[in-house]
Amino acid sequence: MSQVKMKVNGREVSADAEGRTLLSSYLRDLLGLTGTHVGCDTSQCGACVVLVNGKAVKSCTAFAADLDGAEVTTVEGMANPDGSLGTIQQAFQDYHGLQCGFCTPGMVMSTAALLADNPKPSEEEVRHYLEGNICRCTGYQNIVRAVMAASGQDAGALAAE
Amino acid sequence: MHNFEFVKPSSVAEAVAALASEEAQPLSGGQTLIPSMKARLNAPETLVSLMGIAEMQGVCPDAGSLVIGAATPHATVAAEAASHFPGLAALAGQIGDPAVRNRGTLGGSLANNDPSACYPAAALGTGATIVTNAREIAADDYFQGMFTTALEEGEIITSVRFPIAEKSAYAKFLQPASRFALTGVFVAKYASGVRVAVTGASENGVFRWAEAEAALSQNFSADAIAELTCPSDEMISDLHGTPEYRAHLVGVMTRRAVAAAR
Ligand SMILES: Cc1cc2nc3c(=O)[nH]c(=O)nc-3n(C[C@H](O)[C@H](O)[C@H](O)COP(=O)(O)OP(=O)(O)OC[C@H]3O[C@@H](n4cnc5c(N)ncnc54)[C@H](O)[C@@H]3O)c2cc1C
Ligand code: FES
Ligand code: FES
Repeated sequence: MSQVKMKVNGREVSADAEGRTLLSSYLRDLLGLTGTHVGCDTSQCGACVVLVNGKAVKSCTAFAADLDGAEVTTVEGMANPDGSLGTIQQAFQDYHGLQCGFCTPGMVMSTAALLADNPKPSEEEVRHYLEGNICRCTGYQNIVRAVMAASGQDAGALAAE
Repeated sequence: MHNFEFVKPSSVAEAVAALASEEAQPLSGGQTLIPSMKARLNAPETLVSLMGIAEMQGVCPDAGSLVIGAATPHATVAAEAASHFPGLAALAGQIGDPAVRNRGTLGGSLANNDPSACYPAAALGTGATIVTNAREIAADDYFQGMFTTALEEGEIITSVRFPIAEKSAYAKFLQPASRFALTGVFVAKYASGVRVAVTGASENGVFRWAEAEAALSQNFSADAIAELTCPSDEMISDLHGTPEYRAHLVGVMTRRAVAAAR
């Protein structure tokens, strides 16, 4: 066991973690931040994506101890300070970018990483960037619409599949 | 997953010392090792993270070569190598997905030597030098078959020196479920000749296609190899493709890489 400290959603946190404690279990089991979902636990689905020092990372595929001192943002950190939905979250709701919602935390965090680098992505860039985020429900069309809307672009103009 | 002791040294010398203990293993981005520990294919007693070692990070041009620290993530190579060596940067930018590229590293990929991985094609296709804590290994001697390399127990890759090509490109036929290459070809043109390295096709891992190298060294154009076919002996047979299918892809991907080379 060792003490692992991070700054999660702007708050200094610390918890005793084993070597094998994954970032996903550090967030969910030790800090109670269950917004981050574990879909596959085999590095394939992207449901567990969070931002580590601003970069998208699969939290099921990183050890908490290796990220001691990191700044982490989870989906809980995407809401506005008054608790209302943030811009990306609101766009996912407005454009029906989710059905069961299991993949959504990872989709929202990958979108946040994309828009930080590329504030006005093309549809193709959105699809390419979200390749590591798998959704079993929506068929992706409305997710892409939501991302276009979140970046302040016209979401209605997408080509039909 | 079995538990282990986690250590994170800040120099190569400390890492080598930590790896001398029984059942110790290096950890870089963990994008291969963590899934394999979850599956209990690996159960180290000590895990030595190489991600806190500054001397193993970065992309640096040096006398006609690009020297890349072994712990540099794929995303950093894709961004920082682009102006020096576009073919290599484009290969790094096609590995996995953005989250994999933010953690996975050059050294981890070459140490693992997955038969369908991308970086082995770049290392062999450029005639790179693999630099370890103990010695320098030519790519031609380094790859020794699927998941097998010249690395000794406890030896770590610290950097890789890639000779910068006049023109190069990587053509990857994506296996969309795994995101690895079903077959991928790296082509690089040098004053001394052309090198062609193939990944994803052979049961013996990455290999050079000598006939294509000879033809392209005479005439660097897709037409020069239009009639060539790569033999399908010892090619991988699985549910994604037969040996003949992969052999065909080798020809197609080589021609695409030549056409795309810049
Ligand atoms: C969803 C997904 C998609 C992927 N797609 C691709 C793809 O398209 N193409 C591709 O090439 N790869 C792909 N990968 C693999 C990825 O590139 C890995 O990052 C890489 O193979 C291993 O690098 P790592 O830094 O994560 O190494 P780790 O997982 O940390 O380590 C891998 C192995 O190398 C050893 N090791 C690590 N660093 C060193 C070192 N410096 N010296 C000696 N030994 C070392 C470790 O002990 C371990 O045995 C994918 C992975 C995932 C999860
Ligand atoms: S839960 Fe991490 S990638 Fe699926
Ligand atoms: S909404 Fe159900 S998996 Fe994406």
